[in-house]
Amino acid sequence: MPALPLDDAGPYVAAAYLVFLALILIYVAIMATKLGRVEKDISELAEIVERREREREAVPEEERV
Amino acid sequence: MTFGRGLRPLSIASALLVCGAFAMVFFYAPNDADQGFVQKIFYVHVPLAIVALCGFVAGGIYGILHLRSGERSHDLRSYVAIHISLIFAVGALVTGSIWARASWGHWWVWDEPTLVSFLIVFLLYACYQPLRFSIEDPERQARYASVFAIVAGAFVPLNFMAVRLAESLAHPRVLSTTGGAMPGDMRLTFLVSIAGMACLFVTLWKYELAAKSASIQLRSLRRRLAGDEGLAPLQRSAAPQQL
Repeated sequence: MPALPLDDAGPYVAAAYLVFLALILIYVAIMATKLGRVEKDISELAEIVERREREREAVPEEERV
Repeated sequence: MTFGRGLRPLSIASALLVCGAFAMVFFYAPNDADQGFVQKIFYVHVPLAIVALCGFVAGGIYGILHLRSGERSHDLRSYVAIHISLIFAVGALVTGSIWARASWGHWWVWDEPTLVSFLIVFLLYACYQPLRFSIEDPERQARYASVFAIVAGAFVPLNFMAVRLAESLAHPRVLSTTGGAMPGDMRLTFLVSIAGMACLFVTLWKYELAAKSASIQLRSLRRRLAGDEGLAPLQRSAAPQQL
């Protein structure tokens, strides 16, 4: 087939590079969602640790011995 | 175990290389005498395909290391390499299809060995995640997945060689023994594109490894800390759940 003129070839080239860009952006967006989940897990862990510390402080000194 | 070491310089290097490669594609490399401007797709399509195939082979190599050493981190490396290779392979298939439409007038050509063989490799690896998901026991899941990664990884170069031996109808041969007859500036642009894509692959691989490893360790810590607080059992997952 003869070479496509620039006007016709442009959209195809743009589409190919946009597909690449879109793939990377979708991947990063999915990873960002997962990062949000990790962040939530960390805050839950911090809550558990805080609750334990509060419980430990509430127990009188003699009982702990 | 820290997978994220060196991630920042690697990210900067891949951003620079990919942007530099694309700048070279549009401002340095000349238009192809035969195909014209549409040939610019070559600089994103071929590196995506080559890096995806190398990633599949890397997945097989980590599978071997996992079976030899029993180290679960190698299973995680293999899993992530195959996962990112699949994403790159999707990119290669879609960009190739766009290029085919522009230069051959068809989105897909079924009697072209290069296209069909790449699709077969892609479909083979598309079975990897369902295979992992179907096995509940994490130890067996890791072992079977490693065996799959090795067998499929060995199939990739065999498949590549078979395609080289087959007669090409329309798809050009880039990596020929004569060098593909590419002019110097096109060749340089192509090499920078491959380097950028390879660097991007390694960056994403390390990024996902770090993220997966962090969430695995976090989950294990959470279970240890809240062991008596009635946590639900681990859900079945295709991704490795232990390190």
